[in-house]
Amino acid sequence: MSEPNWALARKRQTLAERARVVKDIRSFFVNRGYLEIETPHRIPANAPEPHIDAIVSGAWALHTSPELAMKRLLAAGYEQLFQICRVWRDSERGQYHLPEFTLLEWYRTDVDYNALMTECMELLFVLVPEGKLCRKGRTIDLAMPWKRLTVAEAFSQYASTELDEALATDRFEEILTAEVEPQLGKDRPTFLTEYPASMAALARLKPEDTQVAERFELYIDGLELANAFSELTDPDEQRSRFEADEDTRRSAGKTPYPLPEKFLTEMATMPEAAGIALGLDRLIMLLTDAEKIDDVVAFTPDDL
Amino acid sequence: MYSCADLKKGIKLMIDNEPHVIVQFDFTKPGKGQALYKCKLRNMITGALFDRTYRSGESFEPASLVESDMQYLYKDETGYVFMDQKTYEQTSISEEVLGDDRYFLVDNMEVKVLMHGERGIGVTLPIFVNLRVSQSDPWVKGDTAAGNNKPATVESGYTLQVPGFVDEGVLIQIDTRTGEYVTRVKE
Repeated sequence: MSEPNWALARKRQTLAERARVVKDIRSFFVNRGYLEIETPHRIPANAPEPHIDAIVSGAWALHTSPELAMKRLLAAGYEQLFQICRVWRDSERGQYHLPEFTLLEWYRTDVDYNALMTECMELLFVLVPEGKLCRKGRTIDLAMPWKRLTVAEAFSQYASTELDEALATDRFEEILTAEVEPQLGKDRPTFLTEYPASMAALARLKPEDTQVAERFELYIDGLELANAFSELTDPDEQRSRFEADEDTRRSAGKTPYPLPEKFLTEMATMPEAAGIALGLDRLIMLLTDAEKIDDVVAFTPDDL
Repeated sequence: MYSCADLKKGIKLMIDNEPHVIVQFDFTKPGKGQALYKCKLRNMITGALFDRTYRSGESFEPASLVESDMQYLYKDETGYVFMDQKTYEQTSISEEVLGDDRYFLVDNMEVKVLMHGERGIGVTLPIFVNLRVSQSDPWVKGDTAAGNNKPATVESGYTLQVPGFVDEGVLIQIDTRTGEYVTRVKE
């Protein structure tokens, strides 16, 4: 080639901003007494999520999130943990998806998901001192408090179909992505909360209303940025949810995973805790006004 | 057969026995929910555009079309005119049916034309094409805010981002899969 690879060269400013953000995230958590931790990327078993497929690596798999290992540490007595790591999810590729991407996960004991909402606001406040983001010419105000909306309220406000009907007709994702998500976090960030119990995953159900889980997703400019739970700490309940998810996977013709037995055993000593996974690449997209996830990583699979 | 994982811009599928091409592709996957594959499709025979959303587990029949080696001649009121390299027969493809591919045609370029019976209904472009920059403002040195890139329009009317050092009149290579600048071409 006669000149340097321009597609790579032109990413310099974004990649420098990415490095700055990662450094500031580390200081933010370290200053708050969090311990940075590394857990294995290659593991015998992921949590059996119905719609997340792991990439097989020999007899094991690449982790789709560091969640199980982080929680085993909580169960062993660690109170505040964070990790910035690569995770892999098979066949996820689009404007906002890479099959290999970077997650920021953090966990705290003795709090629920409300504490994590506050911490999200504080983290963004540190990363963006000017208090606003510019997206495609519009301004998103990061001033606290951010908007909070339950999933049912969001469907009532923005969708042509109520939540119950969307669930009954298996159109939840379709209506959420087409009608609800584009409205979330347009002027200020929005926490979408109280997911139906059937979508609790590893979240505990709300004690005063067991129809919903203490789970939230953070949206900024229609982009889903983070997923958080008040963590489920009941190993029997967790096992039966995993078994139900395994059944879902099996009936969809997907490979069932072995159950993460060590995690389930040690969960018995896990204290009350809350945890959150934030998509770092998408955060960089928001901070640099990038249109696609390709713009905020040096290489995508297509570049290799 | 294709699965959902194979879907992307430019893939050609048979739908209701007619060839269609994906002109816009969007992968969405909310939260821990199921993946949706949103496609804007163009019927390669009629040029009609429509949206379809697919879910994991669906499969698709690839459109197998006969390709003829042709040369692109010129554009006239019927559309873009190509000539078969063996029979010297000509076929014209309209702007609607060609879509964005029309931006990467250069006079006398050799391309594979996709045939539906006697009619051309699309082209298979080479991965890289060379086009001359017909308009681009000089880059103001020191203007690093834009990350040293600027817009440029090439002879086919297509506009793209190029490095600041690319001047008007220069021949550049473009990746037809992404529509993006690759490098200047030495002449």
